[in-house]
Amino acid sequence: MTHLPFIAASYAVFFASVAWLAVGAALRLKRAKARLAAIDPRARGDA
Amino acid sequence: MTPSNPTPAAVPTAHATPASRGGRLSLHRFANPGRFLRLAARVQPFLTISAILLTAVGLGLGVFVAPADWQQGDAVRIMYVHVPAAWLASSGYAALALASLVSLVWRHPLADLAAAEISPVGAAITAVCLITGSLWGRPMWGTYWVWDGRLTSVLILFFLYAGHVMLVRAFDDPERGYRAGAILALIGALDLPVIKFSVEWWNTLHQKASITLSGAPAMSPSMLWPLLICALGFSLGFAAIITARLRASVMERRVRGLLAAAAARAT
Repeated sequence: MTHLPFIAASYAVFFASVAWLAVGAALRLKRAKARLAAIDPRARGDA
Repeated sequence: MTPSNPTPAAVPTAHATPASRGGRLSLHRFANPGRFLRLAARVQPFLTISAILLTAVGLGLGVFVAPADWQQGDAVRIMYVHVPAAWLASSGYAALALASLVSLVWRHPLADLAAAEISPVGAAITAVCLITGSLWGRPMWGTYWVWDGRLTSVLILFFLYAGHVMLVRAFDDPERGYRAGAILALIGALDLPVIKFSVEWWNTLHQKASITLSGAPAMSPSMLWPLLICALGFSLGFAAIITARLRASVMERRVRGLLAAAAARAT
């Protein structure tokens, strides 16, 4: 029995999860920065 | 309507305490959202870059350089994602419980937000741990799942994370959600020693710990180093993601406060 499909599936699950978390966090941060900067220009220095 | 020149009072500082204003206690210095945002923006690139580099090196060594196991063959390479995910699932929950304790005892304004941001990421990491564990178990044990002490206690950890996510969002008043979530997180911390000692207390298919603080690791250095590098990379990646989410959360809270203040002035 080859173990390759199990190894590949494990790494795929890991990379997909990390990509989902990282891209989600980056997009949310970008949106939040844009909204805050539009309302409060002083906040640009904080972000 | 959006305020063109909001007064300082309109900028929410959450529940600022006298100590946070005076800066006497180091913990409360970071209760100031502006100070936190400036510090986090500086730390974020270092966390992100070091996490990517360490994870790439650790996984590269684990997949291409480390030897196959004499019993498990190449399936042992699943260890380099499963074990760091398992450590991170438990340590992430410890961080959630700590943030909850700080929230309940000191009412630190960022602790509530940190707890709310840790739990969804922790749930995802715990899911990775469970799925990769099942994918490792099928070729080694002949089954994807058994209801033994280790697997079941980690599944409970996943439900605790998921319960925290839902409980925090279940109330119209966010403060009540944070309080309820903090209590759940502290009670749920009892699961952490159960996870740790489950392989000692009960008969289980899951192997005992190969790395302990008190003894030499039961693992070749050629496997141990990639594992430790992966664990450090995963931990820094977790910190980077939580920092980014927490920065976004603080900014979103500021936006809500500014809009509420503007609406109050307009009426």
